[in-house]
Amino acid sequence: MATAKHSSAAATAPATPGADTAKYQQLEAFLTGLKVDGADLAGRRAVLIPALHRAQEIFSYLPTEVQKFIAAHLNLHVSEVNGVVSFYHYFKTKMSGKHTIEFCLGTACYVRGAAKLIEKAESMLKAKLGETTTDGLFTLGSLRCVGACSLAPVVQIDGKTYGRVTAEQIPAILAEYQK
Amino acid sequence: MTRLATRTDLNQLADSLRQAPAAGAAKPQIFVGMSTCGLASGAGKVYDAIAAALQEKGLADHVQLIKAGCVGLCFAEPTVELQLPNQPIVTLGDVTAERGRQLVDELAANGSFSNPLSVDNAIFKKQVRIALRNCGRIDPEQISDYLRNGGYQMLAKAVFDWQPQDVIDTIKASGLRGRGGGGFPTGVKWQAAQGAAGEIKYIVCNADEGDPGAFMDRSVLEGDPHCVLEAMAVAGRAIGARRGFVYCRAEYPLAVKRLGIAIEQARAMGLLGEKILGSDFAFDIEIKYGAGAFVCGEETSLIHSIEGKRGEPTVKPPFPAERGLWDASTTVNNVETFANIVPILEKGAAWFRSIGTEKSPGTKVFSLAGDIKNVGLAEIPMGMTIQELLYDIGGGSSDGKPIKAVQTGGPSGGCIPSIKFDTPMEYETLTALGSIMGSGGMIVMSEGTSMVKIAHFYLQFTCDESCGKCTPCRIGCKRLHEILDRILKGEGKPEDLTKLEELGNVIKDTALCGLGQTAPNPVLSTLRWFRGEYEECLKRGNRPPTYRIDPVKCVGCHACFKVCPANCIEGKVKQPHTIRQQDCVHCGACFKTCKFDAIARE
Repeated sequence: MATAKHSSAAATAPATPGADTAKYQQLEAFLTGLKVDGADLAGRRAVLIPALHRAQEIFSYLPTEVQKFIAAHLNLHVSEVNGVVSFYHYFKTKMSGKHTIEFCLGTACYVRGAAKLIEKAESMLKAKLGETTTDGLFTLGSLRCVGACSLAPVVQIDGKTYGRVTAEQIPAILAEYQK
Repeated sequence: MTRLATRTDLNQLADSLRQAPAAGAAKPQIFVGMSTCGLASGAGKVYDAIAAALQEKGLADHVQLIKAGCVGLCFAEPTVELQLPNQPIVTLGDVTAERGRQLVDELAANGSFSNPLSVDNAIFKKQVRIALRNCGRIDPEQISDYLRNGGYQMLAKAVFDWQPQDVIDTIKASGLRGRGGGGFPTGVKWQAAQGAAGEIKYIVCNADEGDPGAFMDRSVLEGDPHCVLEAMAVAGRAIGARRGFVYCRAEYPLAVKRLGIAIEQARAMGLLGEKILGSDFAFDIEIKYGAGAFVCGEETSLIHSIEGKRGEPTVKPPFPAERGLWDASTTVNNVETFANIVPILEKGAAWFRSIGTEKSPGTKVFSLAGDIKNVGLAEIPMGMTIQELLYDIGGGSSDGKPIKAVQTGGPSGGCIPSIKFDTPMEYETLTALGSIMGSGGMIVMSEGTSMVKIAHFYLQFTCDESCGKCTPCRIGCKRLHEILDRILKGEGKPEDLTKLEELGNVIKDTALCGLGQTAPNPVLSTLRWFRGEYEECLKRGNRPPTYRIDPVKCVGCHACFKVCPANCIEGKVKQPHTIRQQDCVHCGACFKTCKFDAIARE
């Protein structure tokens, strides 16, 4: 494993609350398992995106500390890691609420009324797309086309797909999670 | 699973698989479509119910129950297909667990299915299935299913019988063009890669299907992953590459899973990896995940993303065939393009050329979505008219009203108005209409859709997805979006339409990559075909449309009266109705309901 040359962070878990230690260990095990050659810059870069995917699975988002941690482990500059994180939509840098509601913004969903669903949810939860409700229960997000256009408009809550949703159904769907 | 050490092993296994289920042809088969749409609609429960019922009736050994991919009838999911020996296959739509049990009961009682409610066969009649040939007909998680149908035979031929140049010559002669949208001749691409300098070469399969509304690549990967793997290995043999990558969107978890299983099985059988079928040829495939960036569908961006960088495009030339992944020659082809390779090698270039048109041979898979009755996938010969696809296969609009326009090619494409629906679909004809073939996404829009809003929607998408590297796309699209914004708000200026056109054309000419160059298409094409709507918008601005009933055309059917949520329509049956404008909420329900074209929208 390469040692940190550029990054300011050490390749160990930063002093964070105890619950995260296990998560950092999990991530470290994954990074060590990649067995990249420290001298091979292209090889270290090539595993960056898989590493970020894994880290987001573990932490549910990619806070700066996690980005630094990965940068140090792969001996990449933290700015390069951040550049990649900020480029791709899939990587999130903010913590999400307990449940994530995502609205498909594909064309088929748009044509079949996705905008109305968003309006309804935003007004009900008093949060905009990309925001988390003040009680931390829901994060509203958008989804790139999931390719399930026959079910348009599509809403996913925590990965569960709701198809052919109407604005009238939104309160009932949200109620399932508000219990 | 034993490793196939020689070609003879492969042939023996394929033969034994064909004969093995001694009842093979004589056994009734039940296919349950278990792709993303099917599973979301409850195909899992249907499968479990049928499996349990088969057990209960003691039929488990006499009926073959297959977890298949999707047949493309997304509107009717979950779908089940029934194949009785020596009978045509019957497709059932909207199957419930209860209906699944009934089917087994009928089979147990009569040995057949009585009066199954079938999906209209007309949907399939006009289709020619090459890329989707196996989708829904085999179990994608069983390599044996693929092998039974002649799988990996073309790889064996490419390794043992043919010279690499033979393969390239056949693909060149077939006239196959890139199905991801560009339409570049695949054979020419392969030839360039074969002739490129350097020892190390790569094959990349572009499965970053980012166009909203396109899902044919997902369907192929979920329904028939081996056909892509075999084609990639053949390409590797022809070009001289030893490694391949499938770059797949993270939004397609099931496709990634099935692809992973397929790769493992092919490796275990010695069809990928070192010494394929005992020869000196080695080729292996890895899956690389996208992370949600539309621009990564562009080949140079995709290559940078595999390298672990920001997925920004670079100027071509050098083309990837000369200098691509890690500066080595790289051949990037789309999933559907690869899905065509094996059939071409099997049946020959002349056969492929006999389908489709002179300039665009073969078929194209289209995904029909939006306001259309039969949402789903249709693989049709090139040259079919838009009209035939929309009405004969798509079944017309979902509400029975005439279709206003279709949008092809996603955010890079344009809107085609109904007056041009008699155009035969080829790469060139669609380009001439200001759209593109693109990956084959086809969004259908019925009367109620505002074309200005559609253009605005796509521009929003492009602004969000612009990688920011080149100025024309980064700033130009933003400006286009702002102009559309103010037109929609009612603050448009008369000169705005000319500005949109000028700016759109500048972006087309100057943007760095294919996506930037095509980004203004939705605006330019709607301006070209629906200029009236823009002008109306300039005049009307943000004011919602007014609906008026034409007293001459109104027959007094009372239908609008019934649907009006504001109860603001007055009139007696068989007498012309009127709308009380002060109470109207401008919802358009009456307009959509009227079958006599008696309601005007202003």
